[in-house]
Amino acid sequence: MTPLLSVRDLHVWLDTARGPLSIVDGVSFDVGEGQVFGLAGESGSGKTITALALLGLLPAGARTGGVAIMAGRDLLAMRTSERRRTRGREIAMVFQDPTSSLHPMLTIERQLTEHLRYQLGLSGKEAHLRAVALLTEVRMPDPEAAMRGYPHQFSGGMRQRIQIAIGLACEPRLLIADEPTTALDVTVQAGILRLLRRLCKEKNLAVILITHDLGVLSALADSITVMYAGRVAESGPTSQVMGHARHPYTRGLIDALPHPEAPDRVLIPIAGDPASPESRPSGCAFHPRCRYSRPSCQIAIPPLIPIDDGREMACPVDPFMASVAR
Amino acid sequence: MFLCLGVSVMAFVLTTVVPGDPAVANLGDRASSDPTAVRLYREHFGLDKPLPVQYFVYLGNLLHGDLGESEQSRRAVRIDLAEYIPATAELAITSMVLALLLGVTLGVIAALRRNRLTDQVIRVVSLGGMSTPQFWLALVALYVFFYKLNWVPGAGRLDAIVLPPPHVTGLFSIDALAAGQLDVFLNTVQHLILPACVLAAFNMGLFTRFTRSAVLEVLENDYVRTARAKGLPEVTVVFRHVLRAASPPIVTVVGLAFGNVMTGTVLVENIFSWPGIGQYSYRSATGLDLTAIVGVMLFVAIVYILVNMVVDILYAVIDPRVGLA
Repeated sequence: MTPLLSVRDLHVWLDTARGPLSIVDGVSFDVGEGQVFGLAGESGSGKTITALALLGLLPAGARTGGVAIMAGRDLLAMRTSERRRTRGREIAMVFQDPTSSLHPMLTIERQLTEHLRYQLGLSGKEAHLRAVALLTEVRMPDPEAAMRGYPHQFSGGMRQRIQIAIGLACEPRLLIADEPTTALDVTVQAGILRLLRRLCKEKNLAVILITHDLGVLSALADSITVMYAGRVAESGPTSQVMGHARHPYTRGLIDALPHPEAPDRVLIPIAGDPASPESRPSGCAFHPRCRYSRPSCQIAIPPLIPIDDGREMACPVDPFMASVAR
Repeated sequence: MFLCLGVSVMAFVLTTVVPGDPAVANLGDRASSDPTAVRLYREHFGLDKPLPVQYFVYLGNLLHGDLGESEQSRRAVRIDLAEYIPATAELAITSMVLALLLGVTLGVIAALRRNRLTDQVIRVVSLGGMSTPQFWLALVALYVFFYKLNWVPGAGRLDAIVLPPPHVTGLFSIDALAAGQLDVFLNTVQHLILPACVLAAFNMGLFTRFTRSAVLEVLENDYVRTARAKGLPEVTVVFRHVLRAASPPIVTVVGLAFGNVMTGTVLVENIFSWPGIGQYSYRSATGLDLTAIVGVMLFVAIVYILVNMVVDILYAVIDPRVGLA
């Protein structure tokens, strides 16, 4: 089965005062229809920039390399007008902070119907009905009243539901959710995640879920790609990556997760700070923080090597080989 | 209301402490050397009474809508104002509309083309508009467009041979259109355009700068990215999403800019012989016509207060988060 979206060797350079800065450095992944694909990593690892590159919403002066094939067309090579038609209709995006991502001075109705009318050419009445249906679908209480409201009148969780409704309005085939639960209370998070899961199954919608929280992904994602400093550290089916992490970085992220069933377990933080794009270490970018690093790690950039059943991993040291064999 | 009261006190005190005797100024050389004439003049205008009494008499009359009698025109100030206000209103509104349209458009363009050539040019133009002295601009504009190029007619609101349209609003352009007199309308516009442009120059620069910075700030916001992610055309993104969010600071400065227009009219109306409040206040001030000066000051204050009230209401209309207290 050909995947819905196939990203190969994606590169992104941002324009800075000191010349182009490599943010994403050769990332590849596939997203299948009806699948939740998890993109994990610490802040600054290039997750959001990857998503913005797919939508063509990178800041001015950014350059991209590689290909991103969706439905036979390369998203990165499209003309501006073609790309605009893609947004909302093929790919929609839900942003991290629902408070700043909704326009504070426009009614929910306006924000929910304007692209319906523009992209799908619906009349005002049709768009209104569709918007009410959308709000019902994201389990918004009293949709008719909500339509007349403004974003500041809703709670964070409700705003995120509105954002998701806006994203779903033009029936895209791929929804990118960038840290959709980070700005929300833990109790509200579960509701939003359940909603995403349900939409994914009901509408055969593909979801790229971007998060630093591997706990969220383990519950939701079909497959996971872990990024570090603009490169893929490890990727594969969720059960494999979460159950038998092979890359030291993935293992570090998992060890740093609190575990509800084992509250006494000691959390092991990853030492040091995430590598920033301005001062990315040579060789394997993770080596200054890695407990298993060897001298060779400082020199050669480790290639992604296929390991068992569709999994890929970029660590030649492979310190957790044994745990797989066990 | 209290503001108006304060303004009237200020106006009264300021005009009275000015050295110079209105009687001498208005009676002429021969009459002012005649003590009886001076005494009669003072009695007529109540200048023989102590200042507080003068003030309370004035206030009492004000309650009946009586602004007193002009010492120069010998007519009620109210009638004078009624005659001159429409001329100024026409000029001021036209110049505001011009400044707003041009300023906001240029500001948006400059923000979208930030640091590129277009932006640089617009910034120079707006700075030029703000730093050119108005009287100089008025004289140069008259010299170039009237004297040299003869593109526009010179002074006044209409050519001397053209009769004013039937009085409805007092704004010649609107009255002419209402009466279907297209030739009068065109003549009005020709007379109006140059002084309005001169009057608009400063505000245009001001609006351009404010719009540019407001739009730049809004462009940083996540909701602009959301709007783009919906696949909306850039025009909709800019005009519906960006400009809406950028409008509160623009509205504020428009309210303040009414003050610039009011002061600007004094110079511009005198240079262009525009029979409005600006010219009237200049004549009254130089002629020590106290009642007229106080009347003009009250009028300007009321306009200013009203404009700022409208600004406050507009805030609430633009931004639903602002409550009307």
